[in-house]
Amino acid sequence: MASRPLTLYEKIWADHVVERRDDGTCLIYIDRHLVHEVTSPQAFAGLKAAGRGVRRPELTLAVPDHNLPTSPRVDAAGRPLPIADPESANQLAALRANVAEFGVPYIDALAAEQGIVHVVGPEQGFTLPGTTLVCGDSHTSAHGALGALAFGIGTSEVEHVLATQTLLLKQSKTMEIRVDGSLGFGVSPKDVVLAIIGKIGAAGGTGYVVEYTGEVIRAMSVEGRLTVSNMSIEGGARAGLIAPDDTTFAYLKGRPMAPAGETWDKAVAYWRTLPSDPAAVYDAVVKLDATDIAPSLTWGTSPEDVVPITGIVPDPDSFADPSKRVAARKSLDYMGLEPGTRMQDVAVQNVFIGSCTNSRIEDLRAAAAVANGRRVADGVRAMVVPGSGLVKRQAEREGLDRIFTQAGFEWREPGCSMCLAMNPDKVPPGERCASTSNRNFVGRQGPGARTHLLSPAMAAAAAVTGRLADVRDLMGASNG
Amino acid sequence: MADPITQVSGRAYPWGAKNIDTDIIIPAHWLKTTTREGLGKGAFETVRAVPGNIFDDPRYAGAPILIAGDNFGCGSSREHAAWALADLGIKAVIAPSFSDIFSGNAFKNGIVPVVLPQEAVDRLVEAAQDGEVTVDLETMTVTTSYQDRFEFALDAFRRNCLIQGLDEIGLTLAQDTAISKFESADVKHRPWISGRGLDASVAV
Ligand code: SF4
Repeated sequence: MASRPLTLYEKIWADHVVERRDDGTCLIYIDRHLVHEVTSPQAFAGLKAAGRGVRRPELTLAVPDHNLPTSPRVDAAGRPLPIADPESANQLAALRANVAEFGVPYIDALAAEQGIVHVVGPEQGFTLPGTTLVCGDSHTSAHGALGALAFGIGTSEVEHVLATQTLLLKQSKTMEIRVDGSLGFGVSPKDVVLAIIGKIGAAGGTGYVVEYTGEVIRAMSVEGRLTVSNMSIEGGARAGLIAPDDTTFAYLKGRPMAPAGETWDKAVAYWRTLPSDPAAVYDAVVKLDATDIAPSLTWGTSPEDVVPITGIVPDPDSFADPSKRVAARKSLDYMGLEPGTRMQDVAVQNVFIGSCTNSRIEDLRAAAAVANGRRVADGVRAMVVPGSGLVKRQAEREGLDRIFTQAGFEWREPGCSMCLAMNPDKVPPGERCASTSNRNFVGRQGPGARTHLLSPAMAAAAAVTGRLADVRDLMGASNG
Repeated sequence: MADPITQVSGRAYPWGAKNIDTDIIIPAHWLKTTTREGLGKGAFETVRAVPGNIFDDPRYAGAPILIAGDNFGCGSSREHAAWALADLGIKAVIAPSFSDIFSGNAFKNGIVPVVLPQEAVDRLVEAAQDGEVTVDLETMTVTTSYQDRFEFALDAFRRNCLIQGLDEIGLTLAQDTAISKFESADVKHRPWISGRGLDASVAV
């Protein structure tokens, strides 16, 4: 044995150390930096104040997403429509001015390629295996699905990366989360990640970089893997990783920013060396059996509050941990739920299909399959927000937009939308939303909004039944 | 860069709440600002909407220390959470654990994230009801006006940055030769990193 067996994380880390300090902190090179309008203005202002420039603008990509309204962006004549909220407009204008001043590649709100940063990165081939990738947004963990060491950073770090293309980091511990077996009927990648967070808890991954392994992960498409890795942060882990394989390479080949020709071959040869060595040791290992995972959803205000759709609202007194009992009581109060209620008896008024967790083409196909030939229930507002302009076009080519609009869903322009309610898309106070996003925090989808996290197919099932429903019941039956 | 800090002393909000996420610290609608200042007004907005809340209790007005429960600052990477706390006048947060991203953001804005075991935090919540709390970076201790004394640990580099008020970017730029050396070796090792499509703007 020439060297100690290494994990994927350790290999990526080793290839990015610029300098190691005595205390173990390393200056790590950053290969890819995604920038959006919300967490960057203060960073660019900091650069200006210090008279600094962007070290490698060509490794940076900026795209607006959080603030953009999802209503039409141009009028009938193709002229751009103004953004009503002056603060949003100001932040979007600041991004445009900053990328121009600092020479950063930029996808404009009106470009077909615009979308949520975490959808755009993989879609453009900007995200590559074995790279270090950062963005001022916690769901940057999504990019780990392609084998990139990707994590969210704060604005001071955004400024640090812009100025130096590096970050000062301490190596994390590693956790393997292994999901073996095969998924049951109607069970999606979203259910897998909800089950994982339900098991490890919202702080279970704190201090770790998680690597997802096992047959279930291997069998997933890159889209499904993005859903899983996206929510690593909801389990407390700053980054998630999935070893690159032929599925990854097939997904990336031919993407606009992916390497091509001879360089592509070299890159693939390198990427094949990245997966964890068979004898590599993780600091922690968690195992799940796919057969135990049912279509799932959350009942409370933490993403760890997960139950199968066949379950009931838990009794706070059933938790062993006293602080969890207190938290559960508060959650149920906020959510307006009684212990013992069947999840399937809970009525919803809003359905949101979108966000960087579940707004890719496969997500829209899964939701459309359930919506096809059915009608959104009376009193329910249901919206579909594609993750990018390219996803939207693809869906329109496949006729998914017509399935949705005929069923009574709104078909909107790409962006973060109701995931965090920074734009006009909000859940009204006290109303309940079946949402494919990633956070059910108090007020996340608007003040007083009550969020249930679930998969795109489950969200569509909620839309057409007007309540939280077991999608398997609808998948068995013929539509309409 | 923040002012140098060696000691934070005074009243402390005896909160102790667990899993305080960044949406609670600063709700999303406050994120539309393009500056770092003024976010104290939005700090803990939903908590403060409830009459009798701890942040509007005159006993703790202007307290420089916040005592919280496990997993403080979980959720989004928004540095606005740290700016909001700083704008509120908070210079140290004591909790059994912090989210990784929040604690990084706290340091960079001159807020000391102090990790202490749950029992110590419980005791501090009690002591802070009417006593004062001191976080000392020289002795690495938290003490109270009731003779409590707890030791804590901090990353040596970060402690040094706090005590001296150092600018991390300036420190890193001083390593410029090492960064350039890495880049010239890496372009041979992984030529695709600065590859196709990245030199030209995509669609402007
Ligand atoms: S979709 Fe939601 S979670 Fe994803 S980047 Fe946008 S706001 Fe963040």
